[in-house]
Amino acid sequence: MTDYNELIFEISRPSRTAASLPESDVPSVNLSKKFPEQLIRKIPAELPEVSEPQLMRHYTTLSNKNFGVDNGFYPLGSCTMKYNPKINEDVARFPGFANIHPFQPTQTVQGALELMYELQEDLKIITGMGAVSLQPAAGAQGEWTGLMIMKLFHKQNGEDQKRTKILVPDSAHGTNPSSAFIAGFEVVEIPSNASGTVDLTALKKQLGTDIAGLMLTNPNTLGLFEKDIEEIVKLIHGIGGLVYYDGANLNAILGKTTPAMMGFDIVHLNLHKTFSTPHGGGGPGSGPVGVKGFLAPYLPVPRVEKQDNEYVLNSSYPLSLGRVKGYFGNFGVNIRAYTYIRTMGADGLKQVSESAVLHANYLRKLLAPYYILSHPQFCKHEFVLSGLKQKKLGVKAMDIAKRLLDFGYYAPTVYFPLIVEEAIMIEPTETETKETLDAFAKALIAIAKEVEETPTIVLEAPHKTSVRRIDEVRAARKLLVRYDKSEHKE
Amino acid sequence: MNEKEMERYYTEEHEWVMPIGDEKVRIGITDYAAKALGDVVYVELPETASHVSPGDEIGTVESTKSASVIFAPISGKILSVNEELEDAPELVNEGPLNEGWMTEVQLSDPSELADLLTQEEYTQLVEKLEDEEDNEEE
Amino acid sequence: MGNSFRYLPDTPKDREEMLATLAVSSLSELFADIPDHLQLKEPLAIPAALHEFALEKKLRKMANKNKDSKEYVFFLGAGTYDHYIPSTVDHVLSRSEFYTAYTPYQAEASQGELQALFEFQTMICELTGMDAANSSLYDGFTALGEAATLAVRSTKRKNIIVSKGVHPQGREVLKTVSVGFNYHVIEVKLAGDTTDLIELKKLIDQETAAVIIQYPNFFGSIEDLTKIKALAELNQALFIVSANPLALALLEAPGNLGADIVVGDTQPLGLSMSYGGPHCGYFAVKKKDIRKIPGRIVGQSLDKEGKRGFVLTLQTREQHIKREKATSNMSSNQALNALASAVFMSALGKKGLRQMAQLNIDKADYMANSLNEKGFSVNNQAPFFNEFVVELPFSIQQTNNVLLEQKIIGGYNLEKEYGLKNHMLVAVTEQRTKEEIDAFIAVLEGMIK
Repeated sequence: MTDYNELIFEISRPSRTAASLPESDVPSVNLSKKFPEQLIRKIPAELPEVSEPQLMRHYTTLSNKNFGVDNGFYPLGSCTMKYNPKINEDVARFPGFANIHPFQPTQTVQGALELMYELQEDLKIITGMGAVSLQPAAGAQGEWTGLMIMKLFHKQNGEDQKRTKILVPDSAHGTNPSSAFIAGFEVVEIPSNASGTVDLTALKKQLGTDIAGLMLTNPNTLGLFEKDIEEIVKLIHGIGGLVYYDGANLNAILGKTTPAMMGFDIVHLNLHKTFSTPHGGGGPGSGPVGVKGFLAPYLPVPRVEKQDNEYVLNSSYPLSLGRVKGYFGNFGVNIRAYTYIRTMGADGLKQVSESAVLHANYLRKLLAPYYILSHPQFCKHEFVLSGLKQKKLGVKAMDIAKRLLDFGYYAPTVYFPLIVEEAIMIEPTETETKETLDAFAKALIAIAKEVEETPTIVLEAPHKTSVRRIDEVRAARKLLVRYDKSEHKE
Repeated sequence: MNEKEMERYYTEEHEWVMPIGDEKVRIGITDYAAKALGDVVYVELPETASHVSPGDEIGTVESTKSASVIFAPISGKILSVNEELEDAPELVNEGPLNEGWMTEVQLSDPSELADLLTQEEYTQLVEKLEDEEDNEEE
Repeated sequence: MGNSFRYLPDTPKDREEMLATLAVSSLSELFADIPDHLQLKEPLAIPAALHEFALEKKLRKMANKNKDSKEYVFFLGAGTYDHYIPSTVDHVLSRSEFYTAYTPYQAEASQGELQALFEFQTMICELTGMDAANSSLYDGFTALGEAATLAVRSTKRKNIIVSKGVHPQGREVLKTVSVGFNYHVIEVKLAGDTTDLIELKKLIDQETAAVIIQYPNFFGSIEDLTKIKALAELNQALFIVSANPLALALLEAPGNLGADIVVGDTQPLGLSMSYGGPHCGYFAVKKKDIRKIPGRIVGQSLDKEGKRGFVLTLQTREQHIKREKATSNMSSNQALNALASAVFMSALGKKGLRQMAQLNIDKADYMANSLNEKGFSVNNQAPFFNEFVVELPFSIQQTNNVLLEQKIIGGYNLEKEYGLKNHMLVAVTEQRTKEEIDAFIAVLEGMIK
């Protein structure tokens, strides 16, 4: 089975099919009579022609070459690869949720609107914010939405022309500066201090009336809580800026504190991280945005509201930034998050963060003798190791990551955050057992030994995956991004 | 390389600038830079006929995991670019000082060359950097 | 610690042992870095947790309040359609090796996903007639916004001309995006049911970064791309086509008609309507713009033993490397939906997709003819795919209310966005039978009597 290495185009044979379509019960239109000649397709698209059993075997074999959370431990830092509950999947497939149209009259989709409304209410409570929009499709779109709200707020005060800069710490996710740029801001990077948090002195130097706001992840990407958060917020507010909370790491603080308590004005959440919706191999996600009450008028429209006992869509917000995405966001993803929140309740969510933080600290402690820790203090839900000790022996963080695949684990995030050399970023999440954490630590310790004794085995890893290490340089130099019969001939 | 080839000038950003006569120069990146970048997979070059001043971005050199900006070391007009790099970016690794060159520029102020590093100064800079790296690994 | 939760495995003993390893006496020590006055003292005031079966019941009740396409007959389209989805699609999607995986950064442990996305890219290229496609974006409207951004950045021009035949929500998203990039979105009106080419010719100039056309357009009509391309070309403006990928089975590929960028949504290809999301944007370009594509791209390569393998390529374009200089800020995409569409296209295949598209044309044609015969006037002058505009002698809201009583979800009301009173945009997919179409028309006739 593992030898199967065919593309679906290569197993295709003319006249096979895996679908069944009815004969037409109405007269057939002769295309050449109805359409102008130049708009009729001459050469059919070369789509594969396979039977249903072939189709299922092809994709099942592909799935066997793929590693998900259900296959094993996924310690990917900053990605919160927790278990994806099965009831969530069932609920999202209920016909009443899966087979409804975004333009149906609202009285025919009261259940869908109710779910969205209740999810908004839950997220308001969890973040402490005054209003929430579920429209953004994922984290980056949420960030951009939040930044556009900032822009509109300053515009309303007649200050959008002068407040052109966004402060972003150097430990931030790459999407932060990128989203700020796309929202039309200039990005000013703030360095971290020796203890891994925002350097207040450096921050103060940048303060001025040209600052629109600051974006911050707390705990940050080093897994450290920005304990000066109140002072940071005070400084930014003091110069008339707004403070943005990147919710990527919310899994550390559920039920323990809220972005609102810390003083943040705007927050986005990643439902596909904190609220257990599956990552789907890259998406779909969902990136709701929450704001303090004074910013609510700027949220995207339409907004889902409750009037008397009816749920409605309201677009009459003249100050709104408009629409950021089609329809109402990734509803199917939001259903899963809602189901999760109802499964956990307040007590459960708090335990999520407590266990996530306990697991990260425990694993960190087990690994400390073998790898350099980025910082000495307790971490929150994730931590960063440096592979510098191993690099001196000629083995890079990437090699260690690849070797972990042989032990039956996915790899941690490597080379991020950028401020730690040879970074290995580990987020164990709350859904792993202590046994798994112990076994994983053992594997990483074994690899540290291999680096000293038999480095070749690490350098040439992985050995047990469906393919050996892929030549990325070749992929980039000899770009082949689609199947082409002629180019694929042996 | 013709007879008139002169000694090269360098920048702290690890570029070389070589006068090729008639107030024209050829520009590329140094051996040190090519090694630091790793396997080059793509080179973005400037548009010919455009005017550049010191510090302007004139291109990008990409490996699979990084993208490094090339800054104009001098002012002038872009005369030509090394089109071979489009299909063979590996030339930057194979011969950064020769077939891996990037662009040729008509100088608008030849006196600017004096602001650049000499061969000797650049060699010292690289030695210093290499020493620092060695120390880090101790 | 209170209740035990089924996703949380720590036993009291586990917890004790871990705390002991950390040499702390309680969990609160691990949270001591959060200033005490910032710590919540009360539980979150969200509703109480529910057991699995109670929750299932509650949610089923909620779902049942919605009128769905398994029970109701849908003539509603306008960008989202009730199409046939072969059973195989959901079976593949339900493989948790796929849906519980992350973005395939570790290629060796993600070959299945990578290959499936490579195949998806190929299928999109085939349908659109383009050289390269990414592995998906959030949705068709976001893809439209990204296409405009690409055009503005690469032409260094400031105006985007968009036809009013483009989906109203697509144009809304475009306007939101344009604020950040500081470019202008200029709308060109329709002449009847297609883009007003005389007006378009007047608007295009040396400041036009791109012209955006929808194919078929929002009214279902098929725009003549050749004429629009000729106008765009005169001013070296890029030509962006937003296309329904199902229609492309029978319509000439935009890539063969001069499109520089083709975008759209693959919802018609195997994705449930799901109240508007998640759907799946696609984005395809010609070779010259391959390095400007937003989002992730899978490339083919070899492993160290010379075996074919796949890997994310051209990653330097992306936000995690170029940060603020990236082609786009996006990180997540809609990989699982791209997989669904790939399975769908594989299931239908070369002939099946054409057959399905033909059924759409046939049924829409039949319905339009029937309406005309009964004295309701269908407005489209240009040929249309599976949607058309019908003018009724009553308000659309009233019509839809009457249809609803017969378990029919009527079409889209064009009054708000186009000022067309009593005009309904009707979608007729392969799902609609002759009986259903006749029943719809019978309701209209009944309203006259």
